[in-house]
Amino acid sequence: MEKECACSNRFADVDDLGPLEEIIEHYGSEKGALIPLLQEAQDAYGYLDEKIMREIAKRAGYQLSQVFGVATFFAQFRLKPIGEYLIKVCHGTACHVAGATQITDEVINQLGIEEGETTPDNKFTLESVMCLGACALAPIMVVGDDTHGKLKPTKIKKVLKAYAGPGGPEGAEGDDAE
Amino acid sequence: MIKVEIDGKACEAPQGSTILDIAKANGIDIPTLCYDPRLSPYGACRLCLVEVEGARALLPACYAKADDGMVIQTTNEKLERIRKTLVELLVSDHPMECQGCSKSGRCELQRLADKYGVTESTFTGEVHEYDLHRENPFVMRDYNKCIMCGRCIRICREVQGIGVYDFINRGFKAVPGTPYDKPMQETPCEFCGQCISTCPTGAIKARPYEDRGRVAALDMLRNACAYFKMPEEDMMKALGLEGWVTRTTCAYCGCGCQLDIHVIDNKIVEITSPLMVGSGQGNLCVKGRFGYDFVSSSERLTKPLIRKKGKFEEAEWDEALDLVAKKLSETKKKSCPDSIGVFSSARATNEDNYLVQKFARAVIGTNNVDHCARL
Amino acid sequence: MSDNGNGHRYKVVLGYGTCGIAAGATAVKDALEEEVKKGSYDVDLDIAGCMGLCFIEPVVEIFDRQGGSVVYGDITAKKVPQLLEEHVGKGQVIEDWVVKKSEDPEACEGDFLANQLRVVLRNCGKINPESIEEYIQIGGYEAAKKALTSMTPEEVIDEVSTSGIRGRGGAGFPTGTKWGFARKSPGEEKYLICNADEGDPGAFMDRSVLEGDPHSVLEGMILAGFAIGARQGYIYCRAEYPLALKRLDIAIEECHQKGFLGEGIFGTDWSFEVKVKKGAGAFVCGEETAMMASIEGQRGMPNPRPPFPATHGLWGKPTNINNVETFAAIPWIIAEGGEKYAEIGTEKSKGTKVFCLAGKVRRTGLAEVPMGYTLRQVIFDVGGGIAEGREFKAVQMGGPSGGCLPAEKLDTQVDYDQITAAGAIIGSGGMIVADNRTCMVDLARYFLSFTQDESCGKCTPCRIGTKRMLEILERICEGKGEPEDIEKLQVLAGDIKDASLCALGGTAPNPVLTTLRYFKDEYEDHIFNHKCAAGSCPALITLRIDPETCTGCAACVKVCPTDAITGEKKEPHVIDAEACIRCKMCLSRCPSESIIAE
Repeated sequence: MEKECACSNRFADVDDLGPLEEIIEHYGSEKGALIPLLQEAQDAYGYLDEKIMREIAKRAGYQLSQVFGVATFFAQFRLKPIGEYLIKVCHGTACHVAGATQITDEVINQLGIEEGETTPDNKFTLESVMCLGACALAPIMVVGDDTHGKLKPTKIKKVLKAYAGPGGPEGAEGDDAE
Repeated sequence: MIKVEIDGKACEAPQGSTILDIAKANGIDIPTLCYDPRLSPYGACRLCLVEVEGARALLPACYAKADDGMVIQTTNEKLERIRKTLVELLVSDHPMECQGCSKSGRCELQRLADKYGVTESTFTGEVHEYDLHRENPFVMRDYNKCIMCGRCIRICREVQGIGVYDFINRGFKAVPGTPYDKPMQETPCEFCGQCISTCPTGAIKARPYEDRGRVAALDMLRNACAYFKMPEEDMMKALGLEGWVTRTTCAYCGCGCQLDIHVIDNKIVEITSPLMVGSGQGNLCVKGRFGYDFVSSSERLTKPLIRKKGKFEEAEWDEALDLVAKKLSETKKKSCPDSIGVFSSARATNEDNYLVQKFARAVIGTNNVDHCARL
Repeated sequence: MSDNGNGHRYKVVLGYGTCGIAAGATAVKDALEEEVKKGSYDVDLDIAGCMGLCFIEPVVEIFDRQGGSVVYGDITAKKVPQLLEEHVGKGQVIEDWVVKKSEDPEACEGDFLANQLRVVLRNCGKINPESIEEYIQIGGYEAAKKALTSMTPEEVIDEVSTSGIRGRGGAGFPTGTKWGFARKSPGEEKYLICNADEGDPGAFMDRSVLEGDPHSVLEGMILAGFAIGARQGYIYCRAEYPLALKRLDIAIEECHQKGFLGEGIFGTDWSFEVKVKKGAGAFVCGEETAMMASIEGQRGMPNPRPPFPATHGLWGKPTNINNVETFAAIPWIIAEGGEKYAEIGTEKSKGTKVFCLAGKVRRTGLAEVPMGYTLRQVIFDVGGGIAEGREFKAVQMGGPSGGCLPAEKLDTQVDYDQITAAGAIIGSGGMIVADNRTCMVDLARYFLSFTQDESCGKCTPCRIGTKRMLEILERICEGKGEPEDIEKLQVLAGDIKDASLCALGGTAPNPVLTTLRYFKDEYEDHIFNHKCAAGSCPALITLRIDPETCTGCAACVKVCPTDAITGEKKEPHVIDAEACIRCKMCLSRCPSESIIAE
């Protein structure tokens, strides 16, 4: 799976424009490269800070309004930092039919945050996503890099608990789709 | 040239014309909202959908180019039903408080709602509740009235080449705006007010003097027009107020943009520019649109002043002109013509400026002539 | 793979696509590698893409030197040592783990494959997708070579036209005709785009093809580029498919090394480049004009057509866009001949179509069948019928743009025209099977909430119209429906279909319209009787415990957030309807399935 989060300190600090410099250099001359620019910047910084977007606009020759318009159009772009673990609950059809709503509800219940929010301890960010294409394991949820399939609301507490402690998941291998 | 048939009428038009272009040229009315002749077509509001024989789907007249031999219907039961549904949908997310809106009478949505007899929507549901943006003295934005036609975005980008706005978010949550919802003075905005000129509803309006009584009177007039479904000119005529709008040429620079000066009680309350007329084609800059408060400024000189004992005192024109003529003659005689320089105003007409240079060269005999064209 | 390469006696191939990985294939892979290193097995290890057997992932296939193979399903890391020891070590097949072929319908997983005809998926699960050599070994890039060295572009287009293949992305436009338009369109600079922005929830065939056989897509693109005269191709792939993106990058790199991409392909003077563009999470970008806007770096908002991409496409140049599945079929058509492809299928729908079986069907996964199979054949013969022995209620085809067909339509043939006439669409090929516990009003509401969420917001009918439709459906599901709501939905749906700018809005009302057509009684039940017979809509159901089967284990008591369940230990429990918030937590916990929602 794509590395989405895992640990906040793996992202560059927004005050360090070094990584962005490289990205802009790489795409500098490419026609229509705004989306890859934003994608790579997000990969480097974890989210798209105002400072980063202003720099992209200035350096790559876009209007800030355009950069902001594109960043708010696509679901993938985040304007706020995320927690250590990004929880993605799949709401594809198969997952919906299999009860994805109850899964999200239970995560909300357990963490006390709404969709799109981050827990106060910066541990978890909750997102709903569209079909991840693992329909046979519905309903599924991805925590950090681990996929948890064939979930039931009653399993959520246990799954989340494994990530709650300091220093990474304990015994929460993603492959527990028995 | 191509030949098409619109609503049974044979029309001819140059190759590359849109269906809407041809319809307009032939006096056939097709309703639009996201269309502005100054901008690239957008095809989003769907009001101008027409039926083309043999086409798989309805086509937006503002966007679709006419082909030779096309047979087009701009109105029929289905099209009118769709248009009514579209207006109802727009109204379902638009506060219908026209009485308190200064766009009343000129609002394109209001006109369509009247046409289709929509006073309130049969579709109720979530409506947007955005904060009003009144953070600068020129432009006021009320996105609760926005219909997402994108004209403000396009005019800023395509005509002004600036790009203050873009859409933010997508779907039902989408709204035009500045990055991070910043006040406009923190964007590259030049306050030309072009977005005001194109906004079809009350979402973007001019702010200057909005709270003065005269503007309220103008609003009342327009509300009355909307209520009685009368064009503004007819209403003015009926009230004996012919002089309310004066068409003139902007005096700020040499472009020659056409202005419609809206006057109440001998004071300017608003300046607009007629669409597709003159060299400006309906576009104005910040000076042309907003730079009129000098006209009735209390600080404006209306009589000549003569300095007497170190103090300016009001004088009559004859006295003042005599004094100037006397001083100029003395100076010319005492020194030489080139000791005199003549400075005129870009705000004066071409004819006046011609006379000034003629006066300098022929009467005084100097080439020291300039004027402040760099306003 | 019949030849197992290095002369080893066996070759063990692990299905290593996203499904398999999500089901634990990584642990199996580690275990395999470790065991092979430890023991002295006469074996080669390899990976392959998804075979489409999603219901029994992880899947391992063991080939012998004679070309025979055995497929094992549900393999875990724990099973690996035994598997290697028995099969590879002793030559003993572990019958219990084999994906069986048998007469017993309860154990006929093998029929899942036996009832299919695989053209697009011909190599999926058979070759290592990260090895161009394996693709070449089975005849890969022969079709491209043949076309570029011995055919004219027009001949390639003719061959594709002869095959009768229609665009597999959803609209079903004849591919040969589309290529012809792009070929004839004036202009030196032309573009080719592969639409891999598979956004329909429940459809994952494009992902499987890209993960399992990326070279067939690239070869299809090389052929298409040659045919229409485009020297630059783009693959617009969802960012949600990281493995597909990775394998595409590898495949493109390999092609460059072999000289199949770049300047002077196959020694000719033809050049062709392919670039991958990663989507950023917008369903509407599956629409051609929105996709091109996104490639150009703009918000993915569609533009009206005409002008069509064939004349005014990417950066205003002639552009041809086809779907992954279409491109994957092209090399087969050129190699085997258009006529052979046209022999498969019905009169107007040729060839095969890949369907993604999901939902309440027993065997979920990829089913590639000839056009003309009936829905019953796909769902029951290939898919094995309904899971948990429940009753078939409907099949939802074509995702958010499609429709729901009821049991009486099960004998409809899968064919563009017949499915459309029945009220659904073939679309991208998603097939979500619903049983009697699926509420059709809720399913329609779900799809509409999806399209509403993905609406770009440009045109009025889609932005506000689908929002208002969704609000009506939400009211109905909450038991607040009004008698006139059904008619309101129908009228609004019709206008949205006619007036929307792009296909997203134009097809958004379809799930509502077909459920209204076939399941109107469920809507009426919700509105007039405030009942949800499927026991799905929380506001309209009551939960009760069947005293006959309840064992009094109190598992439900522990999970109930409102303490609504009471009872003596080992005695039947009861739910206090007043306190119950119908969250259904107890339902998923009850071991004896004694909790009834109605």
